Amino acid sequence: MIELMNIVKKYGSKMALHDVTVSIPKGKVIGLVGENGSGKSTLLKMMAGLVTPNSGSATFDGHPITRRIASQIAYMSDTDDFYTYFTVQQLLDFYATQFEDFDMVKAKEIVQFLNVSLASRIKSLSKGNRGRVKIAVTLAREADYYLLDEPFSGLDPMVRDDISKGLIRFTDQERQTVIMSTHEIREVEPLLDEIIVMRGGRLIAHEAVDEIRDFYGIDATSWMMSLFKDSQVERELGK
Amino acid sequence: MSIDFLPDKPIYQQLIDRIMGDIMRGTLAAGEKLPSVREYAVEVGVNANTMQRVYKELEQMEITETRRGQGSFVTEDQEKITALRNEMKEQLVATFLQNVAAFGFTTDEIVQCLQERGGVDD
Repeated sequence: MIELMNIVKKYGSKMALHDVTVSIPKGKVIGLVGENGSGKSTLLKMMAGLVTPNSGSATFDGHPITRRIASQIAYMSDTDDFYTYFTVQQLLDFYATQFEDFDMVKAKEIVQFLNVSLASRIKSLSKGNRGRVKIAVTLAREADYYLLDEPFSGLDPMVRDDISKGLIRFTDQERQTVIMSTHEIREVEPLLDEIIVMRGGRLIAHEAVDEIRDFYGIDATSWMMSLFKDSQVERELGK
Repeated sequence: MSIDFLPDKPIYQQLIDRIMGDIMRGTLAAGEKLPSVREYAVEVGVNANTMQRVYKELEQMEITETRRGQGSFVTEDQEKITALRNEMKEQLVATFLQNVAAFGFTTDEIVQCLQERGGVDD
């Protein structure tokens, strides 16, 4: 289990995370939503051990999270930073040298499932196919946690659908957890067990999707909008 | 392609309705094997936990049964399916009649309207 307790993170004088406490249990698919700059990426990087908190504690199964957590957590950044002269096959070979848990058989299966040719050069791939390759190398790792920063951003509906299906097909929810930040909440909702909502560096809600629909009788998108309206009102009343 | 869900009802509930509809229409026959949880989840684009819940609830309702090592099957019990069909029909009519009364239509008016429109089978 990943646990963050009273995390504060500043970049210079800018507060990126403001007293965030959250537990991420195993075996769930969790959506991380909120406006640009609300702290989603920083939260994911915190869990991945890529940034350290100014105060508070971040632990994985009770041990403090450090950069070495990368051997158990697969993190996918929102940037696209592959060596462009590699072929897809060479990229898979490279990943296999970097991560002990990289499963080459699974990698090829995912690449094939997503209809990308192993012989293509990264630089000749369309943006959509680069998105497919990115998710393929991430899911090919036998990690406990997959942390995905904006896996759907800027991709067309066909690619988004492929990536969704790849996620369902190639993760095992008996033992693996997926946390992904996204703006496409309406589209992604069917993939999720839980939603975490961030605003201005704070975690403002963490709910099970079924509960939202059962209890409020609305979908996650409308629920999030109503949360934002409420926090707007609170802010104005607080003035 | 993934399917679209209504916004006001839990997704697992909508999937249960969908499978029950398939069974009542006969698209899924009595005794027929259902896809595996994972296969069905990928097909409709929902997460495997949700699909697991759908299968579990269908089994609790005795609409499907799990055979060890073989997967889930639609019940062989034709009476069960017929009973389910009748129950759904009752529910549908009850909701409909509630609306009819709420808007102040008379039964005669509605019956006439239904006859004029005809059904799918006519």
